[in-house]
Amino acid sequence: MMATTAETTGIIGTDGFELHPEDEAAMLEEAHHYEQPQAASIEALKIVQRRHGWVPDGAIAAIARVLGIGPGEVEGVATFYSLIFRQPVGRHVVLVCDRSACFLTGFDELKQALVKQLGVDYGQTTEDGRFTLLPVCCLGACDGAPALMIDDDTYGPVSPDDLPGLLEGYP
Amino acid sequence: MSQSITSQRHSLAYRSRLLQPEAERHADTHPLTWRLRDDGEVVWLEEYLRKDGYQSVRNALKKGDPQAIIASMKEANVRGRGGAGFSAGLKWSLTLQGGDMPRGYMICNADEMEPGTFKDRLLMEQQPHLLIEGMILGAYANNSRYGYIFLRGEYVESARVLNKAIEEARQAGWLGGDIDGSGFDFDIAVHTGAGRYICGEETALINSLEGKRANPRAKPPFPGQSGAWGKPSVVNNVETLCNVPAVILKGSDWYQSLSGDRTDDGGSKLYGVSGPVEKPGLWELPMGTSGREIMDRAGGMRDGRKLKAWLPGGASTGFLLPEHLDLPLDFDTVGKEGSRLGTGLLTVVPEDRSMVAVMRNLEEFFARESCGWCTPCRDGLPWTVKLLWALEQGQGETGDIELLDKLAADCGPGLTFCAHAPGAAMPLQTALKHFRHEFEQGVSKPRGKAHPDPIPVGEV
Repeated sequence: MMATTAETTGIIGTDGFELHPEDEAAMLEEAHHYEQPQAASIEALKIVQRRHGWVPDGAIAAIARVLGIGPGEVEGVATFYSLIFRQPVGRHVVLVCDRSACFLTGFDELKQALVKQLGVDYGQTTEDGRFTLLPVCCLGACDGAPALMIDDDTYGPVSPDDLPGLLEGYP
Repeated sequence: MSQSITSQRHSLAYRSRLLQPEAERHADTHPLTWRLRDDGEVVWLEEYLRKDGYQSVRNALKKGDPQAIIASMKEANVRGRGGAGFSAGLKWSLTLQGGDMPRGYMICNADEMEPGTFKDRLLMEQQPHLLIEGMILGAYANNSRYGYIFLRGEYVESARVLNKAIEEARQAGWLGGDIDGSGFDFDIAVHTGAGRYICGEETALINSLEGKRANPRAKPPFPGQSGAWGKPSVVNNVETLCNVPAVILKGSDWYQSLSGDRTDDGGSKLYGVSGPVEKPGLWELPMGTSGREIMDRAGGMRDGRKLKAWLPGGASTGFLLPEHLDLPLDFDTVGKEGSRLGTGLLTVVPEDRSMVAVMRNLEEFFARESCGWCTPCRDGLPWTVKLLWALEQGQGETGDIELLDKLAADCGPGLTFCAHAPGAAMPLQTALKHFRHEFEQGVSKPRGKAHPDPIPVGEV
């Protein structure tokens, strides 16, 4: 597919952000799947996010340099997609599904229990930096509703009573 | 997102399942699911080959007639299982090819983000090679040189299984150069998204694939003429593509016969139910199966509650009533009742839930997921949510319901850039039609100075 010849060079973004050479290599590898390197921009943001937990401002310019596109294009993508975090998040992200099947099978109680147990609402991170709570639009686990996702793991059906044991697995 | 290793085996870990045992599923009647295992483990390449896997590709490539594949798909009348129900064969016959035309792309729409929709996950996570085989046949018919599976970011397990299966297929020569000694080459990459329902709209999907914001594109040109990077591109849903191998292997007459005399639409369908039923889940049944039979399989409503209304196939379909349960669930019949078959996965509302609250929940979804590209959707949907919140709290004003009517009409087909806002309008219009009294109960105040601010409060 498309040929990217650039070698990894330790690219520095704004604010002193330094792109990890492994991440730069992974982005260039990803770009090979497409006719144009811009197509790797979403994956590039996810690569940064996997290492840092979120996408700091300084990473935008670094990604733009790797892919040879404008920083505005990268920023436009970064702010569009809901799973790209532009603010720091906790060590674990709890995505709670609040759509129809879950709404009809106990989401309200589950959300209340989550808010009570974590002490935070949507968009907030617990004081100890352990969890960030976010809504998600349908996890495609409707036969296991109400469902939620912690990091890469999907659970359902989850009752308020299940929460302590479930959250325990994410120190 | 960070990796977690410890929790994979947690007893609450979700795994999609088909609620039909192997003994009830046969190659002649269950083309989508007969190879699945009762234990829910993945059907990897060795087992897939043992169960006639890639026979269809082998035969088709040996025959060497891509147009025959398109003809079979047209004759079988395989209708798109992503929800729109457009003829897949017709879509394929409109792809530009031949002459100096560059080879294009075969794209699988595996975004599956519509609330109430959970069928494609099962196919991808337990039977990945069926999808790969369908994509190879589609690529051969459409002269595609490369394929992408556009997968929503939350389907982490699907990505893992698909990537491993693609590698298996590549090692065995079913993907890559000179497939099965035919001279045809084709390969697939999994492209994972990062949230946003609009990515399931085929032109928005192409923009997202190209690494851009997922705003829809104007049509024409249709993707078959100018899609990804300006090349002819075909976008088909997972379940649609999983139908292809059996259609090509067994023919269009056999496919048509699967639905018997229930409907003119051929084939089988992954139907399912979610919401407060005894056994929410998925079944492969003949196209045109009634809602009642599907509800019976789901064990009826949970805790003896009564059914008030149901969505036949996801959040963007119109509400039907208990009296509609005996209709055959096919594209045309459901369309005539003022709804859409959509994805064929029922969401049920019990009698003790307020339709206003359910509607508010649905419209929050559409408002939250609007890409903001055109005004009726960007501004109209949050306004709808605001009105529904007020009605839900009993704080609605005189005229609010008429305003909802108008907003829904303004979001209707032809008035917006894509089908997102019309998808939001359909459940609202049908809820207002069937359950207007519930909305009227929320009106308690005379009309104020008009709603000063169309930006919603609440959780949008």
